Amino acid sequence: MATQQITAPAPVPQVVAHEIERERTGWTSWVTTTDHKRIGIMYLVLTFVFFLLGGTEALLIRLQLSQANNTLLDPQTYNQLITMHGTTMVFLFVVPVMAGFGNYFLPLMIGARDMAFPKLNALSFWLLAAGGLVFYASIFFSPPECGWTCYPPLSSKDYLPSGGVDAWIYLIHLTGVSSLVGAINFYVTIANMRAPGMGWGRLPLFVWALLIYAVLLILALPPVAAGVTLLLTDRHFGTSFYDPALGGSPLLYQHLFWFFGHPEVYIMVLPGFGIISEVLPVFARKPIFGYKAVAASTVVIAFLSLLVWAHHMFTTPSPGFVFVFFMMASFLIAVPTGVKIFNWVATLWRGTVEFKTALLFAVGFLGTFVMGGITGIFLAIFPIDWQLHDTYFVVAHFHYVLMGGAVFAVFSGVYYWFPKITGRLMSEGLGKISFWLMLIGFHVTFLIQHSMGMDGMPRRIFEYADVGHLQTYNLISTIGSFILGLGILVTMINAVRSVKRGVIAGPDPWKANTLEWFTSSPPPVNNFDTIPRIRSVEPMKDIRRQVERQMGREWQEPAPAPESSVQA
Amino acid sequence: MPLPLAAPRTRSRFRRVLAPALPIALLLLLGLAGTAFGDAFSPESGGSPQADDIDRLYWFVMVVAIVVFLGVEGALFYSLFKFKARRGTVAAQIRGNTRLEIGWTVGAAVILVVLAILTFIYLPGIRTPPNSGPNGLQLADRVLVAAGPTKQLPPNGKALNICVNGQQYVWRYTYAQNCENAPLNAPFSYEIMYVPTDTTVTLDIDAQDVAHSWWIPKLGGKFDAVPGYSNNTWLKIPGDLAGQTFRGQCAELCGRNHANMTARVRALSPQDFEAWLDNQRRAIQQANQAAQRQRQRVERGQQPGG
Repeated sequence: MATQQITAPAPVPQVVAHEIERERTGWTSWVTTTDHKRIGIMYLVLTFVFFLLGGTEALLIRLQLSQANNTLLDPQTYNQLITMHGTTMVFLFVVPVMAGFGNYFLPLMIGARDMAFPKLNALSFWLLAAGGLVFYASIFFSPPECGWTCYPPLSSKDYLPSGGVDAWIYLIHLTGVSSLVGAINFYVTIANMRAPGMGWGRLPLFVWALLIYAVLLILALPPVAAGVTLLLTDRHFGTSFYDPALGGSPLLYQHLFWFFGHPEVYIMVLPGFGIISEVLPVFARKPIFGYKAVAASTVVIAFLSLLVWAHHMFTTPSPGFVFVFFMMASFLIAVPTGVKIFNWVATLWRGTVEFKTALLFAVGFLGTFVMGGITGIFLAIFPIDWQLHDTYFVVAHFHYVLMGGAVFAVFSGVYYWFPKITGRLMSEGLGKISFWLMLIGFHVTFLIQHSMGMDGMPRRIFEYADVGHLQTYNLISTIGSFILGLGILVTMINAVRSVKRGVIAGPDPWKANTLEWFTSSPPPVNNFDTIPRIRSVEPMKDIRRQVERQMGREWQEPAPAPESSVQA
Repeated sequence: MPLPLAAPRTRSRFRRVLAPALPIALLLLLGLAGTAFGDAFSPESGGSPQADDIDRLYWFVMVVAIVVFLGVEGALFYSLFKFKARRGTVAAQIRGNTRLEIGWTVGAAVILVVLAILTFIYLPGIRTPPNSGPNGLQLADRVLVAAGPTKQLPPNGKALNICVNGQQYVWRYTYAQNCENAPLNAPFSYEIMYVPTDTTVTLDIDAQDVAHSWWIPKLGGKFDAVPGYSNNTWLKIPGDLAGQTFRGQCAELCGRNHANMTARVRALSPQDFEAWLDNQRRAIQQANQAAQRQRQRVERGQQPGG
């Protein structure tokens, strides 16, 4: 053991970082900042504002559907709302919120003082803000009504001549460039700025996830940028890439969109996986089970995610061979995903699980995501997909992986990292109320939607007839959505309240494993004065052990057990 | 760095049990409510053989899914309750177990191989239509247009063909064997498709304006109607379902009134179907003639309708 070689005269490691330069305040300091932590905070605040906007849109959608033949919203408004909701959640919340956590914690976790390109980092935030602004400005004119996928011919100028679709295209470009710039920044930072001793085998799993997130963004964004640019030139400059009457093909758009769209699913969920891989070991007081398998499965999922896009197109006019290929590729992706889930459960196994709110959300993620994964298998089997495609079954499936999956992971991350960002703990009591409301609300909303889909209810319909049990199912779902919304509101209140009134956290409230906890909370501008040498995947555990030993106390955390003892 | 943390509140055994029991009870309740509603757990079927096959395949997958679900969630809940932090317990510092990890990787792969084999067993019955039954519509003894990349024909090559055309916001059906050169006087109908029972009917699906998707749940899966492409499916409604109507609606967002783009398929006995077809042909002819007379009057400078 490396720690045993440390001799007595070595100085006791401690948080020695202090402020070199007086921190600037005022709104101009935020607008002009290139500090990764301030940019991270701006990312998190802005994306949560969009999350609340998207959530409000969702509640309006659910209100409209609570009754058969409801007349609360007209069809035009309804289509605008589903487009705004989907686009907001994907492009303005889940993807950038991960970039927010990444911005704040990536340099801290690898022992760097900032990102590799701080100015590009600021650029990617302001491009995101501009994208959101352009898109939401359309509510004063005519928001797009083509769904978040905006398939032509519906999105062509013949059918939707208004500027809403153009605002949507502009959003894809701006947030796309934002993500691309951010992704390159992440990649370069991880590749070059790791603390001494932090080899690839000692990289925190959240950083592994961010690395793969960055690679996937770099690979997947150019095709969709091309796809929507062709749509733009079709709309305004007389080209006919997607117009079958002039030799174009609407299916070309679908291929370009989903070549991006499926990796996008993993872009949204892989950093969530990373958060779970950080939170579970901390609160189970156990190392992650199978570090290499968890890191490797991230890479395998990312590779396979580039080969499954046409499973979104099983009902299109395409040859059977294509369906078989994409079915088998989609099956394959279940193997590394399953490996991750098994490793997470094994991480809890024989641990001492502390039920803090961050752990509850992580476990809520785990239990919910399993269900989303299983319904994904149904959808991967293309004859079954012929029945389920574009119904509420699919709506339920992707909310299980993105809401119950990615968003629960984000909430776990919020409760876990809030003390580091603000220096104060969030209320555990409110956190647990929020968790149970969200978990129950989520399942009441979305479990029943599987049945709606199998009862024949397609997605994106503004009204339905009172046939079968659709009326009852939809009412249950709407009630659930308000419970879920209340749960989210409780966490928002908790966060706002805790910024000023939370219990002072100190540098390492959870006794965590990774390097961000080796700074004061909040960290000083330059993060670290001295960057410790990394000797394992859990540097903070090493540091705590060293501190205890040098202060002459008995080391409290247990010694490693032999590997074979897992069967006991 | 010892930190002042709030002392863990002592929780009564009641609360410890209640917290996890609540969501479980809720899920059970939802499950029971589901059974009360009957067919809430599988896609609809009963109108055409491939819908029944999809349903059977679905249930096989469902059984595997339930086993996997109970296994994973069981292990998760067990470790949460069994390994909850208590005074004096120490976490085992296990970093992995190669044999176990290889084991569950292979295990997951084996489950998927089984699912793939099941799919390939059911696939021919879902994709390839059977021959028409003895009580079906007697078709002329000639082979249809060749099977295309998405078009499948029954073994004897004989099927009644209907051209399905999606338009904002209605379905149009043309009763013609060859959709690319359908005769101008071919009978057609809107919204309600009439089909003979015990007869293999192939559908050529395309769209007029934007993309739509053809779906009648009880008759099988959905197939997108995309402008510039021809998509295909088939149906064969059993003889004893004559007189029944099967409902469905467009499943691809096609504009503001997407929700109102409904479709119905009415099953008729072959005799009734032929009678309906003759009647429809006559009615369309009469309407055409009336329109022609109208046009001539307009061309001669008379008032329309006058």
